Amino acid sequence: MATDHAPATWHHFDDLEHQQQTTLFGMWAFLATEVLIFGGMFTAYTVYRMQYSAAFEAASRHLNLWIGGINTLVLLTSSLTMVLAVHAARHGQRRATTTQLLLTAALGSVFLALKAVEYYLDYRDNLVPLYAFDPAEWSALNVRPQHVELFLIFYYCLTGLHAVHLIIGIAVVLVLAVFAHRDYFTKEFHSPVEAWGLYWHFIDVVWVFLLPLLYLIGSRAIVG
Amino acid sequence: MPSPVELFPARAAEIAYHVDALFFFLLIVTGIAAVGVFTLLIFFSVRYRRRTPPRPTPRITGHIRLELFWTTTPFLVFLVMFWWGARIYLAMAQPPAGAIDLYVVGKQWMWKVQHAQGQREINEVHIPLGQPVKLTLTSEDVIHDFFVPAFRTKIDVVPGRYVYEWFTPTVAGTYHFFCSQYCGTNHAGMRGEVYVMDPADYQQWLNLKSEGSLALEGRKLFLQLQCITCHVAGPKARAPILESLYGATIPLRGGGTAVADDNYIRESILNPQAKVVMGWEPIMPTFEGQVSEEDLIKLIAYIKSLGPGQTPQRNEESVPPPPPTETKKTESP
Amino acid sequence: MSTISAPFRPQSSVRQTPTAGENYVNAAYGTRSWLLTTDHKRIALLYLVSVSSMFIIGGLAATLIRLNLLTPNGAFMTADTYNKTFTAHGIIMVFYFLVPVIPSVLGNFLLPLMIGARDLAFPRLNLASWYIYMVGAAMILWVIFSGGIDTGWTFYTPFSSKASHTDVIPAMIAIAIAGFSSIFTGLNFIVTVHYLRAPGMTWFRLPLFVWSLYATSLILLLATPVLTVALFLVAVERIFGIGIFDPALGGDPVLFQHLFWFYSHPAVYIMVLPAMGIVSEVITCFARKNIFGYPFVVAASLGIAVVGFLVWAHHMFVAGQSVYAALVFSLLSYCVAIPSAIKVFNWTATLYRGSISFRTPMLYILGFIGLFTLGGLTGLFLAALGLNVHVHDTYFIIAHFHFIMVGGTVMAYMGGLHYWWPKITGKLYPESWGRISALLIFFGFLLTFLPQFVLGYLGMPRRYFAYPPEFQVLNVLSTAGASILAVGYALPLTYLIWSLRYGPDAGPNPWEATGLEWQTPSPPPTHNFAEIPVVDCGPYEYSGEEVPDHGH
Repeated sequence: MATDHAPATWHHFDDLEHQQQTTLFGMWAFLATEVLIFGGMFTAYTVYRMQYSAAFEAASRHLNLWIGGINTLVLLTSSLTMVLAVHAARHGQRRATTTQLLLTAALGSVFLALKAVEYYLDYRDNLVPLYAFDPAEWSALNVRPQHVELFLIFYYCLTGLHAVHLIIGIAVVLVLAVFAHRDYFTKEFHSPVEAWGLYWHFIDVVWVFLLPLLYLIGSRAIVG
Repeated sequence: MPSPVELFPARAAEIAYHVDALFFFLLIVTGIAAVGVFTLLIFFSVRYRRRTPPRPTPRITGHIRLELFWTTTPFLVFLVMFWWGARIYLAMAQPPAGAIDLYVVGKQWMWKVQHAQGQREINEVHIPLGQPVKLTLTSEDVIHDFFVPAFRTKIDVVPGRYVYEWFTPTVAGTYHFFCSQYCGTNHAGMRGEVYVMDPADYQQWLNLKSEGSLALEGRKLFLQLQCITCHVAGPKARAPILESLYGATIPLRGGGTAVADDNYIRESILNPQAKVVMGWEPIMPTFEGQVSEEDLIKLIAYIKSLGPGQTPQRNEESVPPPPPTETKKTESP
Repeated sequence: MSTISAPFRPQSSVRQTPTAGENYVNAAYGTRSWLLTTDHKRIALLYLVSVSSMFIIGGLAATLIRLNLLTPNGAFMTADTYNKTFTAHGIIMVFYFLVPVIPSVLGNFLLPLMIGARDLAFPRLNLASWYIYMVGAAMILWVIFSGGIDTGWTFYTPFSSKASHTDVIPAMIAIAIAGFSSIFTGLNFIVTVHYLRAPGMTWFRLPLFVWSLYATSLILLLATPVLTVALFLVAVERIFGIGIFDPALGGDPVLFQHLFWFYSHPAVYIMVLPAMGIVSEVITCFARKNIFGYPFVVAASLGIAVVGFLVWAHHMFVAGQSVYAALVFSLLSYCVAIPSAIKVFNWTATLYRGSISFRTPMLYILGFIGLFTLGGLTGLFLAALGLNVHVHDTYFIIAHFHFIMVGGTVMAYMGGLHYWWPKITGKLYPESWGRISALLIFFGFLLTFLPQFVLGYLGMPRRYFAYPPEFQVLNVLSTAGASILAVGYALPLTYLIWSLRYGPDAGPNPWEATGLEWQTPSPPPTHNFAEIPVVDCGPYEYSGEEVPDHGH
């Protein structure tokens, strides 16, 4: 039953082409669900962003824009390598596919590593509610600490959810790279790479929304 | 309660007559619809039951005009229902001026009621016949709901804000009220009685239970919490004076305006930085955790009662402030 | 057996020769062959067993609730136990029975058969859905039996986020997990309907059950994630004490209600839309008629799916939202009632000049139409703003949604189960017992829930463990009805199991129905069809007259 040998058409499809289209459509449908997951979070975030704009903007200014910005570049580049991987897979180029997939996974990992550093810096800067947080610091800025905590919890929830998606993405891309290396994909059969390529771009797009919502809402002078 | 079985609830408020009228209208309309559908179902079932030998059936796939008919007809009927329901709802949302004010605080699992003249009761509400009564409600913990079936009205009592409910009792008697938003273990025990009394009896009851009025209690708090240190007339003022504030539209620091209603005053005490009055510095500390819900109600009652020139003087001042005072003056260093 | 001499036209002219050969049940033996299957029919049976078990547990909770309400001060439970019992009843019935039951059992089994496919698009994902469901179910049962939760199935904040001392977080995780099972099922259905239809099976030749599953899947895919988010945020608040929904810390408790009902109102349609699909299948077959107004019934399904997303705040008319929002949501709620009305009218019109036989499935389905009509009409009371204020959160609501959920969904599910049981198992059940159970459930249901409308208008709030004594008589009536209902549900459980061993063979098409699923042996072979059928007409050509050629 299972597809343990390269290009396999399942018994319920007419042909390989049919199966590939179906897979891609399935991924699109899944991404629709994902949009609503992040959409729900964004809605909740927006409600409080409107209500407590001063606190949210003040807290936003304390986030590390440098890391956020560099990470955006890293992730955008990874989308480029993903596109190249899909392109290579379509043309049946085994080595190029493998390399580009590995590059994509590597860039994803760089993003995560930088994110981890950023979380540590947040901790050092007293930006972690409950563990490292100084209410007085915020009262001095004339914003309520509770509202800052709200912003921060959304920051961790949203970036955390994004990171979880990225971890899954990296794991899948690595598996795809192994399969690509073993010559599993052909000119005719490459829908897994394409489908997960869509997923990868989705993660990327989510980050493009996260960056302005979390890092850029408070106007600030660029500081090092 | 007199009868062991009831099939229809007592009707004891003005709005209840309107609600019941709508109810009977809906009952008749939906009744006609239901009888119509059921008659057709039964008639077809009998008339077209399978015979032996079975007869062939005609091939009928639809009828556009019929579809349009039974799409538009319900819609028009629904519009009437919507309009009628909306009218009653709008009336429920607008308490009349001059209603008797009652303050209700819900907590797990009891209702605390305060009258404007200071009478307090728990799980009981005494009100006079024939006069509109306006409840201002809040909760100390979770969401509750104040529901009086005989008045056909209820409202979710959400913590952290004031909500309003009003009614004009029309029949003297004793009626249940319930908490109808699930609130934990003893949710079913969070109920009590409303006593609708003759105005004379009501007055007697008020006299019997008389305590210091809410506004008076609020005045004590106002001094005790040292609000007066800043909210004072004259050059010493570091915050706006609160006379004739209630209901006024005030300009806000940073643009915009706010209407000074109960919720605004409440927010300004608990979260003073949220809406600062134009021309003043955001220097007021929060009183969250220092004032209980009941004290808040007293403070608000006091601020409501403050007329021109009624702000008390600061304790340390023995000499009255120099005459004509300017109500607003920024003296930020 | 039925005697039908009138000709009817099956959807495919390729008639399969019914051979008593290998089928999906006897193709392989052993636990492994079931637990690792990717055959949609076997997975449907796995679901049948699990979902039925959950129904029994939820039903037991309902029994305890009704028994406790026999006396005004609670017959035998403490307030806490009572609260935990109704919470368990609500959670199990909504998230683990009503939402999955028709799609996962009947939909799983029939969707590929009805569109002429050999399986769902993603068979392994389908199996994964079942495992995910089982993990969620095991977890919720663990929570319930290890101490229970007392928040009610609606998890209103701030009660659930800070006041309740029970295992709220594990329960929420369990529900979120079950949600993913639904999402994957919905995804699978959508892709299957788009890509795996047999040659000639155009969109407007799809059986209405397939259409309703398609509409349901759209809701599953787009609404469920929002519930996940809402529960996730409550869990975060409980763990970290950040006031996302706690007003004392700057949060907004009503925001949770918005997020929750954004899922849970469409969820009502997740539960009832597939039921409506079953009605269309059964009523055409036993009236020997084309469905009246096929395109309107389809449009009604899609209309419900779309407008169903825009009415969530009608659960919050007394929650202190703005008056204008309430007006809009009231109007939209009336709009969403129209497609349901259209369906009822079309079903009734389908009976006109039919040749109606009152077999068990048909009795259940007629019961559905009756109860659903009453449930729908009482919904009009709730959509009227001024009246909603009075009956909100009372037994009027309880009665209303049980009319839709039990009188609607469960009746139709029972009808569908009896209709397709011969296809699923290859066996016939005893007809007279079937009819008795249908009647018992119908009348037991009425006796249980009609008094609750009266109780609701009298003002008895929901979730009350004790009540003023003048409400007792009606409560006793309701409990009496519930006991009849319980017998009604126990009967099919018994004779359906009995029929597995002793029932006579059904043959491929005992009802002489037209759908593709009836043109393959019963039980169907592993790959459904010996040869993929070619569809050349619409789904319900039961009449004796010639089908006009539309030149498709």
